[in-house]
Amino acid sequence: MITLEELNKIRDKAQEKMSVRQNQDVTRIVVGMATCGIAAGARPVMLKFMEEIQKRGLKNVIVSQTGCVGVCRLEPIVDVYRPNEEKVTYVKMTPEKVARVVTEHIVNGHPVVEYTIGYVEGQQKED
Amino acid sequence: MKELSQHILDLIQNSISAGASLIEVSILREDDILIIEVSDNGCGMDADIAAKAVDPFYTGRTTRTVGLGLSLLNATAQRCDGYMNIDSKVGKGTKVRAVMRYSHIDRPPIGDIEGTMIAMIVGNPNIDFVYHYNVDNVKIDIDTRQIKAILGEVPINNPDVVDWLMKYIGKGSAIK
Repeated sequence: MITLEELNKIRDKAQEKMSVRQNQDVTRIVVGMATCGIAAGARPVMLKFMEEIQKRGLKNVIVSQTGCVGVCRLEPIVDVYRPNEEKVTYVKMTPEKVARVVTEHIVNGHPVVEYTIGYVEGQQKED
Repeated sequence: MKELSQHILDLIQNSISAGASLIEVSILREDDILIIEVSDNGCGMDADIAAKAVDPFYTGRTTRTVGLGLSLLNATAQRCDGYMNIDSKVGKGTKVRAVMRYSHIDRPPIGDIEGTMIAMIVGNPNIDFVYHYNVDNVKIDIDTRQIKAILGEVPINNPDVVDWLMKYIGKGSAIK
């Protein structure tokens, strides 16, 4: 049985760690979550990011969400903001692609070029 | 939309866009009636806009000219012998209520509502959520104001808290 009381322990544990990691730069993962994104499968993508971050115990990574960016045909769209780096926009995301983005980009700092908006749009023009 | 939880996620997004700080979601089954309600304390709509909101060719946004969220839910409710209504007051907030026949063959499955709520609570740490679910003897009640009071300065998107939320809400979630 999961109870609210357990939160007290979690809070005490988290408070100990918090002082250490304050003021550190944070990586933000932003998932597009409007009607278009939802219909295209944004929710499983967002949950997969949360799951991967949880599994790897990544501390300075936040998953958040935004509305429609205006290119609905490329949804689910995910923006990754790493500190002091340019934003990277991933398009047509799937939970399968998330694992690779987390390992290569979030953890190791190398964007997965094949999934980015520039690459996917370029491919479509050639077709 | 393939799942009712996707409609709910969409309604929550509307509430967020309306600047809500408190969003209440409830999913109840009473005999053969399924009632879905999402209410918020956002900016609300006047009667004119609320009436137009169901029209797929009306939208409050400027990035495009269609707004499908509410019209899709309205269509889903109607084809399941039900209805959707919007109760909104400017400056007070909006309540959207969709009612449908539970056993109707066209009723979409509820889907991953647990994942939806977790994603929204964690993805919007500054918004409070109240969630009531009571369908087929599965009953979940959660109020993030209560959780935040216990947590104090520890944020609700702290990894250990997220883990707890997944266990608390996510009994049947896609995340195990």
